[in-house]
Amino acid sequence: MDRDTATIRSIRFLSGALLIFWLVVPLVPLGIWSFARGWRFPDLLPQEWTLQAWAYAFSDVSGVLQSLWLTIWVALAATALSILVGVPAGRALGLYKFRGKEIVELLILAPVIVPGIAVVLGIHTIFITLGLTNSVWGVILVHLIPTLPYMTLVMAGIFANYDPAYELQARSLGASPLKTFWLVTLPAILPGVIVGALFAFLVSWSQYILTLIIGGGRVVTLPLLLFNFATSGRNDITGAIAMIYILPGIVILILTARQLSGQSGAVGGFGRV
Amino acid sequence: MTHVSIRNLTKIYPGTAEPALDHLSLEIPSGELTALLGPSGCGKTTTMKMIAGLLEPTGGEITFDGRSILRDKPENRGVVMVFQNYLLFPYMSVADNVGFGLRMRKRPKDEIARRVRDMLDLVKLPDLGARKPSELSGGQQQRIALARALIVQPNVLLLDEPLSNLDAHLRFEMRDLIRSLQQEMGITTIFVTHDQEEAVVLADRVALILDGKLRQYDAAQKFYQRPASEAVARFFGGHNFVPGSSTGATFESPLGSLLLPEGAPSGPGTLTVRPESIRIGPAPENTLRVRVSDRIFLGTQTRLKLSQGDVTLDAVLSPDMVEGIGPGDEIDINLPRQSLWVLEPTT
Repeated sequence: MDRDTATIRSIRFLSGALLIFWLVVPLVPLGIWSFARGWRFPDLLPQEWTLQAWAYAFSDVSGVLQSLWLTIWVALAATALSILVGVPAGRALGLYKFRGKEIVELLILAPVIVPGIAVVLGIHTIFITLGLTNSVWGVILVHLIPTLPYMTLVMAGIFANYDPAYELQARSLGASPLKTFWLVTLPAILPGVIVGALFAFLVSWSQYILTLIIGGGRVVTLPLLLFNFATSGRNDITGAIAMIYILPGIVILILTARQLSGQSGAVGGFGRV
Repeated sequence: MTHVSIRNLTKIYPGTAEPALDHLSLEIPSGELTALLGPSGCGKTTTMKMIAGLLEPTGGEITFDGRSILRDKPENRGVVMVFQNYLLFPYMSVADNVGFGLRMRKRPKDEIARRVRDMLDLVKLPDLGARKPSELSGGQQQRIALARALIVQPNVLLLDEPLSNLDAHLRFEMRDLIRSLQQEMGITTIFVTHDQEEAVVLADRVALILDGKLRQYDAAQKFYQRPASEAVARFFGGHNFVPGSSTGATFESPLGSLLLPEGAPSGPGTLTVRPESIRIGPAPENTLRVRVSDRIFLGTQTRLKLSQGDVTLDAVLSPDMVEGIGPGDEIDINLPRQSLWVLEPTT
């Protein structure tokens, strides 16, 4: 029995080490590049170290900071719109039975299954007639296609585990609909809203094709800028921008690790008594 | 003090043909405790939700002291509903739960604190204010839910199956608490239950609803002594139904001629007698000779199955009265005149 637990423990250790290796190792050369002045093939490490790439990245001429703020703004706006649409949609899917529910569920999942590039050209034509191409708002709207499924599915899970009778109880005790939402519904679903919002933010943050086509090259978010530098052969600047680009993902992973791993139990809802 | 009047209240859920509630009319006098009794799905919870404003009626009228309330929003009706599973808000302390209704009414903080303390004293849980609802037992949660409803001094209090989640000894404690608080505060109270025992121990008057229709609205003991129909008698545990015909004074059936109490209806009908009203031994009137076909031990009581010809009767008696009586014995029984009643054929 002791040998069994020892085996399990070593397997667990190995898989954990492998996972970290898998995630971290690709970043190491990028990190080194961002501090290198030239790094040629046979050398294990660069000959000279410098902060030039970082200085350039944070200077006005590179456009990195502008691009960073733009990316943050697009992701925040797409997240906010996802919450506005995804919470009521998730409530409908999680709480109520209605005709055609399966079809609605499938349609909501579709953007996760169907590659973005397959639909974005069609959307592009529609957006041209609506005058939404080449604009930040067009990009924000098109980001809803991949972000909304995550938000809606997380909220559907929360509401499936939620008892709406609490709202009736609050109303019966004299609470207005707004007070009821604020004091009773929101505290119950808040953990789910946060997790869904973080997902939506990250999904928007990593969009490339949708931004490129709808933005028409004029809405340059961080991944587009990163790709420009990567293809121009400036490995040092690419490394610095890549470091900036992956930061939110790591922060969010640390923030949600406990909730996603199930250590804290439920992600939300009251549960039925 | 509010007189509740319900007239022709009807609810048809979209997509269903049969009404969930069919032309219910009830007068609930001010300050009384009334039970809506019926099996699950009979329309009683539907009725409560319509009174509370949580559900829109298809037709009919509800008035409080003669004034229609159907256009009032739930938060303005002065009606508070206590749900069966208590529904204490899990993110608030017990004190915040109890004070919720006053907070919604924008009372000053110190007044809320004082009244919450008084209310917790009243339900005999003075020290639990700082706890979270999940730390309370079922019985304590029930009391807090009651306190949360009573603190706003509603005109009408609605209780959904108030005793059904409690074990036997807590039921009586809770029954006494509900009755004494309701009497003291004079709140017109309506509660729904599927349990006839819960209805009769708690209510002044009981409204029995079967299949969305009101079958009888009466003081509790009437349902045992003077049921309106066989369905009502069966719901209250009646087993003994003998077809025959009544002259008003006597009932003619295969059991012979039996004397009836005053006021019994005449014509063809069904004779009914409660199993616990049947007496062993001969009497000056209504004596029958029957055969004991079975004897079943029920703990504090014993059930005898009796037969005469094709007619069978159930009797429930205390063990000392059936000492020495067993299957196959021929015994005399008597049916006290006041315990008999004639049910008219249902049309």
